[in-house]
Amino acid sequence: MTTLTRRSLLKSAGSLVVGFSAAGNIIAQTTTGLYPDPNFRQLDSWIVIRPDGTATFYVGKTDCGQGTGTAFRQIMSDELDIAYDKTSLIMGSTDVTVDQGGSGGSDALQTDGWPMRRVAAEARRVLLESASKQFGAPVDQLVVSEGVISVKADRSKRVTYGELIGGKKFNVTLTGANVDAITGAAKLKTVQELKIVGQSLPRYDIPPKVDGSLKWAVDVKLPGMVHARNVKPPVVGAKLVSVDESSVKGIPGFIRVVTKGNYVAVVCEREEQAITASRQLKVNWEKPATAPFPTSENLFKYMREATPTSSAQPSIVGNPDAALSGAAKVVEAEYDVPYQGHTAFGPAHATADPSNGQMTIYSNDMKSYGLRNGVAEFLKIPREQVRVVWMEGPQGYGRTAAEDAGFEAAFLAKELGRPVRMQWMRHEETAWDTKGPAYTFKLRGGLDAQGNLVAFDYNAQAAAYNHVGYNEANSVLIAQLVGIRRTPVAGRGDAPTEMYAIPNRRTATQVVSMPLIWETPLRTGNLRDPNGPQVTFASESFIDEMAAAAKADPLQFRLKLLTASTTDDSGFKRARSIAVIKAAAEAFGWDTRPSPKRVASGNILTGRGIAYSFRSQTIAAEIAEVEVNRRTGHVWVKRMVCAHDCGLIVNPEGLRRTLEGAMLHSLSRALHEEVTFDTEKITSVDWGSHPSLTHNDTPAKIDIVLVNGDPNPNRPDLPHYGAGEAACKPTLAAVANAIYDATGVRLRRVPFRDKRVLAALQAARV
Amino acid sequence: MSAITLKVNGRTHTLDIDPSTPLLYILRNDLDLQGPRFGCGLGQCGACTVIINGAATRSCITPVSAVKSEITTLEGLAKDGKLHPLQQAWIDEQVPQCGFCQNGQIMTAKVLLDKNPKPTDAQIRQGMAGALCRCMTYYRIQAAVKRASKSMAGVA
Repeated sequence: MTTLTRRSLLKSAGSLVVGFSAAGNIIAQTTTGLYPDPNFRQLDSWIVIRPDGTATFYVGKTDCGQGTGTAFRQIMSDELDIAYDKTSLIMGSTDVTVDQGGSGGSDALQTDGWPMRRVAAEARRVLLESASKQFGAPVDQLVVSEGVISVKADRSKRVTYGELIGGKKFNVTLTGANVDAITGAAKLKTVQELKIVGQSLPRYDIPPKVDGSLKWAVDVKLPGMVHARNVKPPVVGAKLVSVDESSVKGIPGFIRVVTKGNYVAVVCEREEQAITASRQLKVNWEKPATAPFPTSENLFKYMREATPTSSAQPSIVGNPDAALSGAAKVVEAEYDVPYQGHTAFGPAHATADPSNGQMTIYSNDMKSYGLRNGVAEFLKIPREQVRVVWMEGPQGYGRTAAEDAGFEAAFLAKELGRPVRMQWMRHEETAWDTKGPAYTFKLRGGLDAQGNLVAFDYNAQAAAYNHVGYNEANSVLIAQLVGIRRTPVAGRGDAPTEMYAIPNRRTATQVVSMPLIWETPLRTGNLRDPNGPQVTFASESFIDEMAAAAKADPLQFRLKLLTASTTDDSGFKRARSIAVIKAAAEAFGWDTRPSPKRVASGNILTGRGIAYSFRSQTIAAEIAEVEVNRRTGHVWVKRMVCAHDCGLIVNPEGLRRTLEGAMLHSLSRALHEEVTFDTEKITSVDWGSHPSLTHNDTPAKIDIVLVNGDPNPNRPDLPHYGAGEAACKPTLAAVANAIYDATGVRLRRVPFRDKRVLAALQAARV
Repeated sequence: MSAITLKVNGRTHTLDIDPSTPLLYILRNDLDLQGPRFGCGLGQCGACTVIINGAATRSCITPVSAVKSEITTLEGLAKDGKLHPLQQAWIDEQVPQCGFCQNGQIMTAKVLLDKNPKPTDAQIRQGMAGALCRCMTYYRIQAAVKRASKSMAGVA
């Protein structure tokens, strides 16, 4: 590549940035001084009401693209009794919002929605008290509607929220041991009293995202800002011996090569210069003596033979060994799921500003508070001097829970004393992001003479040793590369999360490790429901295998397992599961019969499959209809149905889209995604070598059925549970089960790429 | 270094620049047109798509010296303060999740509809196939393209 430089003769806009308004527009803002933590026990930290009657909510969450900001505004507007249109919301910037942990685990409404509702209800209570004094009327003689309080008996006596408190502080201290428990004295509204909750209000963040006006974390520009790129070891585990700076000195705009331990970065005036320098820099690396990992082809053999680093105490119900040996029919099967990447659509990025002896990081980190703490610790500067300004970014669904670019930008900004914008390149992101753990499974099941599932033996191994995921100063990649070592995290393997009543059951999980656990692109992190898609692929495929062995309809077989013991159904988990599965069946038009169906003639074979899961009070049942091309092995999921119950729904249309995305993300994992590697490096490095779902793969029809069924008429409606990630779980199994239904061939290894499917069809002479 | 003149969204800019610089960095860093975004730098994902001479062009792999015609970016789609029907359809269908890829989706759809105002479902799938989305909003994107196609036919 030739050298790149430029001097712009015309700049159409200046370089002003920093901070952002609730509408998403960047606003100029000069902030100096320390950054204390907003006090979550002060109502004023959560809600500001202006004289014009508008309100702004401040919450310690970030949005991963599901529109949670709109949902937060809905629940808070509802409790405060203010028109939604008169509100705005600020999320995730550490100096202005309380620490609610950012996002993760689909817990936005399930956990963090409660303090938001309580503080808004408390503000309403305080305003009513204030109006009560003003009018000399008791609170129960007042009515409030859309930010206006009036006296019931004399509606001419009215006062607005803006008149009562606009521009002033509440000065109300809340109680509660922690931010999740924070509360005032107010009672929350009942579900029946909520008016804004349940409406499909359009997301406020979408218009600026489609007209190009939103400023994202990638868009930040600061005076004096320079551009950085990393140079990663070409062989995993290699040691940096030397850097030949003269190899890049001639590049216009070149500023510096920064190295520490095995971390290498180049810094240039312009972005394209930094890219050139990162490619051109000559680095002498010493290869490690031993291979960091097996090849991806040998991964599952390696995992099965490895001595586990830890084994959880097996959970045992009844006597599974006796039940298996006494069973009329025993089925055994092994399943494999490879490492799958986050592969965020835009590579990791952040801009750090060391001005005024402080450190501001502009980042899309979903856990911005963790980034702040981690950077302070990593750079050994007081956390009061660090703030993270959260801005929107490309979602990697857990990638930024182990943020790398923010630490790197801050490290380089401190080294250079100038604002630094860091961005990874595509090959770097796809190869070196955190990975969803690979799994191997061995399952055994026993049927009695009547075809009842009487024994279920589940054994899983997760390659999740030294799992990272919370922005710790001693676990992010730059920390590992500079040589910081912590006590490795044990990691964990997960068990299936259904509600089947099986009399004899053993669940055993182990964790295994790759040879290299530091400085490795196979370090695992939290990928959207971190273990659920893998675990549910195995367990729900196996339930289907048991149904086939029993010559039973796979959906009826599941319903039977859920009705087998309804007397102990605390929390109505089984009753709700049944309702969700039935809703999916009805929406799909399920034809009750055993799988597989008789293999048809012609090139295109069709079939349907179901899978279901229970995740932390949320239930999802998915049905996939597939077309399998017998000649090419190509699988097209033509139709998908998802029935879902997450309790109280805040924004139905928003939820529908979230579930579609979650389900299709798992469809991508089912059909395409796999991290490949040789014994030196990752070989899946871009969208060619690590393919993802495309428009061509998209189902022709998707139906989302929002069930929210509560079979207990004597109980108030359900609370709001976590929504999105539950829909990630069943998809892989639903597709595998549909392929089995169409072809009679059971795929036990993800992903179902054409070549693998074709080989399986040919081996079975289909 | 050479003086290069670019016409973008109706405005003319003259830059003294290395002619091999990919257009994307000029648009984003010099002209503050940040609708097009870096996704892969390889022309694989579509995040950087702009329209040149009626073609959806990957600005991350297009040297600025190769640009001979006017460039339209996402910021240039709205006319007289009114969103392009595609942008309106994106809002009406509530398409985006994170939204980072939607520049590529909208610009690719614009070229598709300019060439074929009433595409079939298969033509939409095929025409959009090179524009990736990691939030997998494809189903809604396809609905929005159909919606825009209808509304543009209504206007015509």
